[in-house]
Amino acid sequence: MERSLPVWVLAALALVLLMALPLGWLGYVSLGGEDGATLAHYRQVFTDGALRQALWNTVVLAFWVGLASLAIGAPMAWLAARTDLPGPRLIRGLILASFVTPPFLGAFAWVMLAGPNAGLLNKLYRSLTGAEGPLLNVFGMPGLIFVVTIYTFPYVFIMIANTLELIPSDVEEAAAMLGASRLRVALSVTLPMVLPAILSGFILAVLQALALFGSPAILALPAGFHTVTTQIWALFQYPPKVEMAAAFSVPLLLATALLLTLQKRLLGRRGYAAIGGKGGRRRRIPLGPWRLPALAACLGVLACSIFLPYAILAKAAFARAWAQPLTADNLTLANVAFTFQQGSTRSAILNTLELGVLTACVGAGLAALLAYVINRKLIPGHQALAFLTLAPVAIPGVVLAVALFVTYTRPPLLLYGSLTILFIAYLTKELPVGYAQSDATFKGVHPELEEAGRILGAGRLRVLGEITAPLARSGIIATWCFVFIGVIRELSASIILFTPNTKVISVVIFDLKEEGEFGAIAVLGLFMLLMTFAAVLVVQTLLGRDFVGGKE
Amino acid sequence: MRAARPAACSSVPLVLALSVALAAAPALAQDVRVEAARKEGKVVWYTSLALSSAERVAKLFEAAYPGITVEVQRTGSERILQRVMQELQANLRLVDVIHTSDAGHFVLLKEKKHLLRYTPAGADALAPGFKDRDGYYYGLRATVNVIAYNTKIVTAAEAPKTWKDLLDPKWKGRLVTAHPGYSGVIATHVLALAQLHGWDYWKQLAQNRVMLVQSAVDPAGVVASGERPVAVDGGDYTFYQTKKKGNPVEIVYPKEGVPLVVSPTAIAAWAPHPNAAKLFTDFTFSRELQQVLADSEGLYTGHPEVRYPADKPRLSDLKLLQIDPEELQKRNEEIKKRFVEFFGA
Repeated sequence: MERSLPVWVLAALALVLLMALPLGWLGYVSLGGEDGATLAHYRQVFTDGALRQALWNTVVLAFWVGLASLAIGAPMAWLAARTDLPGPRLIRGLILASFVTPPFLGAFAWVMLAGPNAGLLNKLYRSLTGAEGPLLNVFGMPGLIFVVTIYTFPYVFIMIANTLELIPSDVEEAAAMLGASRLRVALSVTLPMVLPAILSGFILAVLQALALFGSPAILALPAGFHTVTTQIWALFQYPPKVEMAAAFSVPLLLATALLLTLQKRLLGRRGYAAIGGKGGRRRRIPLGPWRLPALAACLGVLACSIFLPYAILAKAAFARAWAQPLTADNLTLANVAFTFQQGSTRSAILNTLELGVLTACVGAGLAALLAYVINRKLIPGHQALAFLTLAPVAIPGVVLAVALFVTYTRPPLLLYGSLTILFIAYLTKELPVGYAQSDATFKGVHPELEEAGRILGAGRLRVLGEITAPLARSGIIATWCFVFIGVIRELSASIILFTPNTKVISVVIFDLKEEGEFGAIAVLGLFMLLMTFAAVLVVQTLLGRDFVGGKE
Repeated sequence: MRAARPAACSSVPLVLALSVALAAAPALAQDVRVEAARKEGKVVWYTSLALSSAERVAKLFEAAYPGITVEVQRTGSERILQRVMQELQANLRLVDVIHTSDAGHFVLLKEKKHLLRYTPAGADALAPGFKDRDGYYYGLRATVNVIAYNTKIVTAAEAPKTWKDLLDPKWKGRLVTAHPGYSGVIATHVLALAQLHGWDYWKQLAQNRVMLVQSAVDPAGVVASGERPVAVDGGDYTFYQTKKKGNPVEIVYPKEGVPLVVSPTAIAAWAPHPNAAKLFTDFTFSRELQQVLADSEGLYTGHPEVRYPADKPRLSDLKLLQIDPEELQKRNEEIKKRFVEFFGA
């Protein structure tokens, strides 16, 4: 018997507790009645017209976001991966920036850009054309779909670009030599090979849209409609209907689980040996006269997700009135002073940093441990463990929060009101991301080095500490940063779990939004972006070196 | 930081005046109270007063009583009630002083025995509508709900004069309202107008595709930016402040009457810092602080000696629509439910 076995078993048990306990309570509460189990809450949820409408709105939103993300992400992935598009690194860098921008900040920026009357783009449009109506209206379903899409398409992009880069060109060339037209090659050779990636990118985008809270709260509520997430949050209003919130969470949970299973199937039966990793040249297709228009199109999309929103946030942060031109007497540092002098902002920044660092440390450690155990098949049932580690992907933040709320507001574990409950939420939410990253890391560390250590008489833990960990170090630090970025932007779970002492930056931003304090929101938003990009920079540097090192 | 808010600079003489005034109180008893409060170190204030105003009150208190900090937790009235009840359910006792703009909350909290019976110094002299008959809560400030419009987009002649004018289809897509699920000022307002014109008023108003924001503070910003030229509700003090800052905003006091919103304050029965809570509550009812609320915030108060800015109408000149706190408490859920039904969210 392996001496280190208890360590692995303990880690596995912690995981089960982390996952199974809240979901168990969620189910229990949703069925809870005065006298025994009842389906009354479910009946209420599905017969209430307003709740059904929210459910339908979410379906509409998710579907169109999925489709629109595909329409933007797929061509961009193809351009970046397979053509001689100018500035591919710049494009990828900007897509990464869209990927890490908190969607609720983007939504907030777009209120200032495309509010039908005061929005700056609409003002510009009206002054240029003399038109009466607005060019864009960000409040409402189309606006919501647009804003969510520009921060969701990177999921599709990454999925498809990665696949395209693995397909060698020779298959396509063979088809071309056999006389197939370009279109035919694309449709009958390339497309089938990337189809799983396309579908699974679509599903990822849909999942994102289903789980979002901030963007619908900022763009849908003013237009007078709810999505499932905002509705669940509204059910906590006094007098709270926690049972109904729990019951209303279950369809969302089932939908995400279903979609994820579907995605796994799609990726699982890849079946085309061509996409096998190494080998094969990839030739870039010359775009010819289309090079610049293609670049312009890509930059146009990125202007929507990065340039315009960041510019308007910067303006709002340093202007007295964001809707007025930025003249000398409209410039001010008062917003900055006001934001940071406020007591609740300061403690929120500290809370966010504390939670970010703590979750990143524990998360990266746990993810590394689990990835190691699973990769090296150290305990029986390691596959089940892998499933459990990845399972939280299927739990939208709001649902996780409801589950944690009902679990930890009652004895024996009274954690509501402490940072611990937020820590648990973040850890659960970020574990899949961390695991995926660590898994890739450990796959890159060959077991034979460890075996050498074992043969020389070192125990498994010593080998882990002295051989594996140093080799996996930059991968683990990258995991740390991914988790950190995920934590500092988290809103959908925090908004239900916070108490005044445990506010985080995203919650303060949301509070300020409800009061219409645009300047302060912009200041805090930029601060949050600064922290995010600092973390991104660390990842880039580390992994960049890794790539170079690997090729030598 | 260089760009301190102007109010912070101008507050120095005021703090002096406050300290002098407070020192005039029986010195010894006061010392003991302050010492006890200082030992507690802070007071936690859940408040629905607009953030910048609440921060100003906190700064003034901290300057008058060094060593005691005010932890401002500002959110909407309805959110405050939700927080208090949610925390109680989880056995958390965090709040010292509760201040919302939904008088119904205090009926509920008193009934559930969550309030401390405490009469702040000088509170006896407050106007009648500002006092709970059992002595559990007192009105810290008041505002009235008004209509406001952007003068760059709407002329004075075009502007709506009455609540019913807002029902005209010409305002379709041009109105903004705050939310009774968030704001006590608005919850009071919704009930007042439902009593005046019937629920049909709200149903018809919703036909004009009104933009929904949350806080009663927010319509002022929306109107100032021009996103919607007319606000159908909101506390007059927020529009007054916005106008004072040079924004093109004008206030209309409709002839049918304006809903008066008195915002009570009370100390929690289980307050973790009871002495600091009492000291803070006394401070907020001092004539000087009440005068600050009137001057720099444009609020009304119940204090008999407070003088108001010349460019604000007297409360006595307005036709006030009064709401019974008990009625407001009883119909709290109905108000929110109907509003959501009409407006969609």
